[in-house]
Amino acid sequence: MKESLHISNYCLIRNSHLITGQDHFFAGKETAFPDFIKETYRHFNIGYPKFFKMDNLSKLGFLAAELLLKDRDLNLDYGKDGTGIILANASASLDTDRIYQASIADRSNYFPSPSVFVYTLPNIVMGEISIRHKLFGENAFFIKQTFDPVFMVEYVKHLFENQIVACCITGWVEMDSERYEAVLFLVEKTGPLNNGIAIFDVRNVDDIYCLKL
Amino acid sequence: MKELIENLKNEIIESLNLEDVTPDQIEADTPLFVEGLGLDSIDALELIVLLEKKYGLKIDTAEEGKRILYSVRTIAENIIRSRNP
Repeated sequence: MKESLHISNYCLIRNSHLITGQDHFFAGKETAFPDFIKETYRHFNIGYPKFFKMDNLSKLGFLAAELLLKDRDLNLDYGKDGTGIILANASASLDTDRIYQASIADRSNYFPSPSVFVYTLPNIVMGEISIRHKLFGENAFFIKQTFDPVFMVEYVKHLFENQIVACCITGWVEMDSERYEAVLFLVEKTGPLNNGIAIFDVRNVDDIYCLKL
Repeated sequence: MKELIENLKNEIIESLNLEDVTPDQIEADTPLFVEGLGLDSIDALELIVLLEKKYGLKIDTAEEGKRILYSVRTIAENIIRSRNP
């Protein structure tokens, strides 16, 4: 008999609001994404100066992971290879690609920025989360037209069933100009959720994604 | 020299997104990499671009880079030297 998987925590960021499954809530005063994400970083006293060097997509995913994993050390529970990261979005790294493209558009003033260029791949957000939390497990980043809970649940279950991961951070991190949203789930075989453990299935995942913020 | 050093401190903070660092916290003689500001390899590339764009200072080799980018003062000295070869 297959073991059930659980959502032991989640973090949802949208419309200048943040909520987690462990009752962290933040309503930003700032509406523009760069201001809101900085405000959120300071509110939760993250203390990671490299945050300011990240592109918007990485800032969004990084901050969601910070709150998702608050007070947790996954290395302690699962070892450095035990936790996977499976993410998806619709716009890949287009938000940063545009900034980079603009920086190289003028051939007479051609000074491409290395620090912008390194973020012109969407999977860099997983690298930032991995570096911060010292996670070396399986990871993959998918481009989907819309949030796809059916695909996500099936893919993550497959990783557990084949013992590729013992724990998984999964979700949707979308960033395109001022349109942004992130929903991350911490998936484990057991897990402490203050409000009651939710089974990791399509309905629960979709219900959390659809929470109004 | 003093004015150039102060300008460089502000430009480094801005171009490297050192959000929580103020110019006063950057010592002119403290190594910029590993210790000091703890800059990394991408920061080094960004600094090279900044120096070429703003001051026309080209860094052609890794050895030259290590020497020039050692501290704010070594950068300033090399900018002045490049203006008066």
